[in-house]
Amino acid sequence: MQQPAELTIDLETPGLLRLHGDWTLAFAATRSEQLNEAKATLSQIDARTIERLDASGAMLLIQALQAHKLGADAIALRDEHRPLFEAVWSTLEQQEKAARTHEPPGWKKLLEQIGRAVIRVIDNAIDLVGFFGLTLHRLARTVLQPRRMRWTSLVHHMQETGFNAVPLLALLSAMIGAVVAFLGATVLRDFGAELMVIDLVVYAFLREFGVLLTAILLAGRTASAFCAQIGMMKGQQEIDAIRTLGLDEIELLVVPRVLALLIMLPALAVIATMAGLFGGMIVSVLSLNIGVELYIERVYQTIQLQHYLVGLIKAPIFALIIALIGCSEGLRVRGTAQSVGEHTTSAVVRSLTMVIVIDAAVYFMEIGW
Amino acid sequence: MNASPPINNSEQAGDRPPAIRIRGLENRFGDFVVHEDLNLEMLQGEILAVVGGSGSGKSVLMRSILGLRKPQRGEIDVFGHRLDPNAEHHPELEHQVGVLFQDGALFSSLTVLENVEVPLKAHRPELNGKLRRAIARLRIGMSGLPVSAGDKLPSELSGGMRKRASLARALALEPKLLFLDEPTAGLDPIGAAAFDRLLLTLKQSLGLTVFLITHDLDTIYTICDRVAVIGERKVLTIGRLSEVERHENAWIQDYFHGPRARAAAQAGPSADNHARQPAGEH
Repeated sequence: MQQPAELTIDLETPGLLRLHGDWTLAFAATRSEQLNEAKATLSQIDARTIERLDASGAMLLIQALQAHKLGADAIALRDEHRPLFEAVWSTLEQQEKAARTHEPPGWKKLLEQIGRAVIRVIDNAIDLVGFFGLTLHRLARTVLQPRRMRWTSLVHHMQETGFNAVPLLALLSAMIGAVVAFLGATVLRDFGAELMVIDLVVYAFLREFGVLLTAILLAGRTASAFCAQIGMMKGQQEIDAIRTLGLDEIELLVVPRVLALLIMLPALAVIATMAGLFGGMIVSVLSLNIGVELYIERVYQTIQLQHYLVGLIKAPIFALIIALIGCSEGLRVRGTAQSVGEHTTSAVVRSLTMVIVIDAAVYFMEIGW
Repeated sequence: MNASPPINNSEQAGDRPPAIRIRGLENRFGDFVVHEDLNLEMLQGEILAVVGGSGSGKSVLMRSILGLRKPQRGEIDVFGHRLDPNAEHHPELEHQVGVLFQDGALFSSLTVLENVEVPLKAHRPELNGKLRRAIARLRIGMSGLPVSAGDKLPSELSGGMRKRASLARALALEPKLLFLDEPTAGLDPIGAAAFDRLLLTLKQSLGLTVFLITHDLDTIYTICDRVAVIGERKVLTIGRLSEVERHENAWIQDYFHGPRARAAAQAGPSADNHARQPAGEH
């Protein structure tokens, strides 16, 4: 419905461009090219024969003028186009002034980002220690004055984080138990030591996997839930309301969650261990021709309380880490849904990292046990 | 994209199709009737304020015009084009219409500049990156934001700046018709007044037609050409502020003669007597 681009160079007056047709966003790409081709000789523009002009078109004209250091007097416009042209002119002028004092070079930005990342890591660590201390204080106060305890909240979180996680955790642990048994069988079959598969599964689950799998699952499931719950409350100013009512958000929100996880994570770890042993048994029975009775007898022979204690001692540490990181990230949420998302991700990533790093560290410390 | 000669007075616009023309619109949610036989005519080049009590169906009306909601009955023409209520998309509308949603509705994962580039990328793929960014930056500047705001995420902006960024995105495709859903809600009075001035400037320089849902009496008294009052499932009255004010409906009397309205009327120039400049041609 519109005629093609029109721009003619007046042959009688060198450098005079006559513009026709529509100078609108719909033709901005072609207009821009046409102007570029004609720009070399530009000294004056006659835009009175332009039919329609919009802000994009005006911007192209102004860019062409400014590329030749021409002022607004070098262009002839129709009266009805003038307000738009002037509005665009002044906007571009302001932006150019602002742009001059802008943009540090790339390597400075890189340095800045590295610095910020380092400071953030340090801040996070200090924050977590501070938050840990604060929570310990409130926890101690709650223990000394049991009437401060929020029992309903505690039981609710025990159900949410513990009881409701049992089916998924049992399934995952049984699967991993089966995988460990298969792995062991592949290696040990060559030595004719298939029976040692049982030892492998027992050691793995009693010392490591029972607790570690539970912690990993809860880091994903519970740290994120804690962070999102508290984060949403923060966003709705519920935390502020709690404070102005003379209550303490740590005591009200964090203590029940930490306690719930401290109670439930060891319990879940026991279930995970049993499920893992069960998974190993299925594989042994079905593909290694070890009978159920033999399997159970071998498990009894291998199990020493010491191994299990080495595993379980990590459970409360993991519970603390997961609950504290989840809650502290939740309390750091600022307002928007975006922020809730960011902090939830960060809660999961940080608690997972911490769980695995600490597990490795404890393993090295106890290696001779 | 019709050539639209400038108008000096809304009454002289009879020879051009109205920007919006609604006939016999009916909207209902189950048994709850929002609109029944609603008629509305909006002229090109005017700022029309749409007012009405909470729940009177102002936003539903806007969503019907935009094709976001399918009305049960009725005809809607935008610039003389009949809207097909069954169509998923209205391509003839998308290039001509910009919308500023209530909370800005900026894409939260994109910077302001990228937000403004989204409609340009989608509808003007022939633009190269440099030109597209230049146009987007111009939009951001014309909406009254500093250049540095372009690199920020919506969450890093204040409420007023978010509205401006959203306005920049709404204006990206050079629309002729702009829909604003409570643009000054949640802004402080100074920010709201600045936004009103910005709208007036943009309307005059870009020749916009503005459909403005608002509760803000200051906005109505300062920048609106005409006012439409929605109530009792239809348009109760539409016209100049001075005419609408005199309507005998109780809600309208309360609305325009309450203490807040009197204050606003004294402060702002009435829409009837402020000098109207010719709108720039598109």
